[in-house]
Amino acid sequence: MSEATSANHDSHANPTGWRRYVYSTNHKDIGTMYLVFAIITGIIGGALSGFMRWELAEPGIQIFHGLASMVYGFEGDAAIDGGKQMFNVFTTAHGLIMVFFMVMPALIGGFGNWFVPIMIGAPDMAFPRMNNISFWLLPFAFALLLMSLFFEGAPGAYGAGVGWTVYAPLSTTGSPGPAVDFAILSLHLAGASSILGAINFITTIFNMRAPGMTMHKMPLFPWSILVTVFLLLLSLPVLAGAITMLLTDRNFGTTFFSPEGGGDPILYQHLFWFFGHPEVYVLILPAFGIVSHIVSTFSKKPIFGYLGMVYAMIAIGFVGFVVWAHHMYTTGLSLDVQRYFVAATMVIAVPTGVKIFSWLATMWGGSITFRTPMLWALGFIFLFTIGGVTGVVLANAGADRALHDTYYVVAHFHYTMSLGATFGVFAGWYYWYPKMFGHMYSEFWANIHFWLMFVGVNTIFFPQHFLGLAGMPRRYIDYPDAYAFWNNVSSIGYLITLVGVVAFLWVMLEAWMKKRVAGDNPWGEGATTLEWTLSSPPPFHQFETLPRIK
Amino acid sequence: MATHAKNHDYHLVDPSPWPFVGSLSAFVMALGAIAWMQNVTPWLFFIGLAGVLYTMFTWWADVIKEANGNDHTEIVQISHRYGMILFIISEIMFFVAWFWAYFDGFFRVDDLEQFARVAATGGVWPPQGIEVFNPWHLPLFNTLILLTSGTTVTWAHHALLEGNRDGLKWGLILTILLGALFTVVQVIEYAGAGFSFSGNIYGSTFYMATGFHGFHVLVGTIFLIVCLVRMLQGQFTPKQHLGFEFAAWYWHFVDVVWLFLFASIYVWGSWNVTVFH
Repeated sequence: MSEATSANHDSHANPTGWRRYVYSTNHKDIGTMYLVFAIITGIIGGALSGFMRWELAEPGIQIFHGLASMVYGFEGDAAIDGGKQMFNVFTTAHGLIMVFFMVMPALIGGFGNWFVPIMIGAPDMAFPRMNNISFWLLPFAFALLLMSLFFEGAPGAYGAGVGWTVYAPLSTTGSPGPAVDFAILSLHLAGASSILGAINFITTIFNMRAPGMTMHKMPLFPWSILVTVFLLLLSLPVLAGAITMLLTDRNFGTTFFSPEGGGDPILYQHLFWFFGHPEVYVLILPAFGIVSHIVSTFSKKPIFGYLGMVYAMIAIGFVGFVVWAHHMYTTGLSLDVQRYFVAATMVIAVPTGVKIFSWLATMWGGSITFRTPMLWALGFIFLFTIGGVTGVVLANAGADRALHDTYYVVAHFHYTMSLGATFGVFAGWYYWYPKMFGHMYSEFWANIHFWLMFVGVNTIFFPQHFLGLAGMPRRYIDYPDAYAFWNNVSSIGYLITLVGVVAFLWVMLEAWMKKRVAGDNPWGEGATTLEWTLSSPPPFHQFETLPRIK
Repeated sequence: MATHAKNHDYHLVDPSPWPFVGSLSAFVMALGAIAWMQNVTPWLFFIGLAGVLYTMFTWWADVIKEANGNDHTEIVQISHRYGMILFIISEIMFFVAWFWAYFDGFFRVDDLEQFARVAATGGVWPPQGIEVFNPWHLPLFNTLILLTSGTTVTWAHHALLEGNRDGLKWGLILTILLGALFTVVQVIEYAGAGFSFSGNIYGSTFYMATGFHGFHVLVGTIFLIVCLVRMLQGQFTPKQHLGFEFAAWYWHFVDVVWLFLFASIYVWGSWNVTVFH
């Protein structure tokens, strides 16, 4: 591909300095901005959970009354109440930040932008200018969310402490202050960003594949992004509608969700989860794509059952739209409705199993090297499987009667998200880092980072299964003494993870200082997709002569 | 971009300040909306709105310049078609939310588990105390207006394809007038309503769904006016007129949504009603 790598001689108006990024219409620059943004928000969102684990390390109220008096100036008993609200605000902000401002920007905005065009042999996205507004809406949405922390939410307290689900009536009559309006409008902007991004990715993938690259020859990462953004396109407008109704219920006296005016609070939950369930697949599907490439690369084998993998993702996406009420078993759904949602939810385990077993079969008989990305991918497979299995437990309406809103659920979705999606993010980061920045990181320190994170997050979340089974409810600042031991273990796990995050920053700093040249393809013959045919980093505009796929 | 050394037909767009300016304006508009709702000041909202409108204007002006500068090759035009179709699909999903809210009230109004709601509505739809519109008066008239406008825009399209400039012009003008007439009738209807947006589920769902639709009629009308102006400047050819086509698609979409609104809210929603407002 030498003609493509040497073709960066066009000297038209490509601005330098800050304009290069703020005015950017280049998918790689925009992808880099997304990744940097995700690292910053990830650190902020992770810091919030640090305060939560610190608080929950022992029974009783440890720090939040102090935090509340420090930040908001509450005193005495008011500090205790303010601290309780502040804990709710932290859980809310942690959830919203990690979902909308960390995982999605990293996987879709970051890696999707960087590698979907390259892997399908396209010179850029279909709508490069729209691509940039998809990015720039996010920092402003994030700013709105941060501002919400400093406005009144619940009466006499600050911030939006309504959970990432923003259920009515807690989010309407329960939190009359403007903080919740900030959070809602933040979601509006983030949603607009994702809808525009979804349109861009679908168009790019449908219309800009290189000559000869049929859909059935397209690599799995672009496939995973395609399914993901279809979910976004179809589900996000429903969320936008739901939170718009929250906004009018809050500010204009409508009664969509208030029974005294003939409305229905459960309606909000239906609308939210019609978005929310596809959303959790939005978070995990791109990680599926990344892990597929890594497992194949480091086993030196093509992915096992390529077409099965593709159609498993499509099936997950499709079924993901018709299982939403399994989040609502305890809301008084009729038994028939519950039976349907149990059965439909169980069905998802089938295509998910196809994926897990195909990864294992890819490794079977392969020539495996345990480089850093492979460690993360294996960690992903192992931990995501645990999260999936607890998901099958929770799919049962009967079992969910006892487990709903307990730490068992918290453990379940953190095994899929914090240990699944986030491990996917790190896997992609270490896999593509040499390609994106042209340098190689230290394998030694990257291994340290992996093992610290692996041990850390498992220590945080595995004990939460026990807490949940023992009945500890989620989203509370305090708990009975009986839950003290495993909460303490969980908080120690946070400290290990924190060291892991420091190790991550060190890996980056070390790689940046040493500047070891990575070469076009540091992974060898197993890495077969188009990005490895380009230089590292790739030219500003790649594929000025389109590659032909046999 | 004309000097670019590329060997493909894709359009690598020049760097642009508008995405950032647009995002900033949307942010200001969001802050302004909160300030307005908190009775602080309405001005911040309008400053943000002006920024958003200015961004739209300059951004799309750039798009038109690029179209006239032959950046929109055949394959780029296919991308644009995908983009517009996907945008309309996302809009449809918006309406799904409003229809969902409406049918949740409509179908489950006598759900005895929700006793507070049944107490408020009397367990009937339309809820007790709500005097609804007679669907066969103004709503039917508006239905006919929109359906007619669907035919006039198709007339304009066929005229454009056959190079008939006058047909295009008058087809567009008629469509725009019919769109404006629809909006006027809708305003008259709203002004004489027997229920309000706040305080009851009927008014909430009715105004949210029809109001969101009315907003789309306004946007579609503006879109058609832009097409009329561009047409008068000779920017559409029988071979290349995506701007017009998208306006027509959008108009048909707005039309079809209205048919669903008319059928479900106005007609079905007043099936058992004998006395209208």
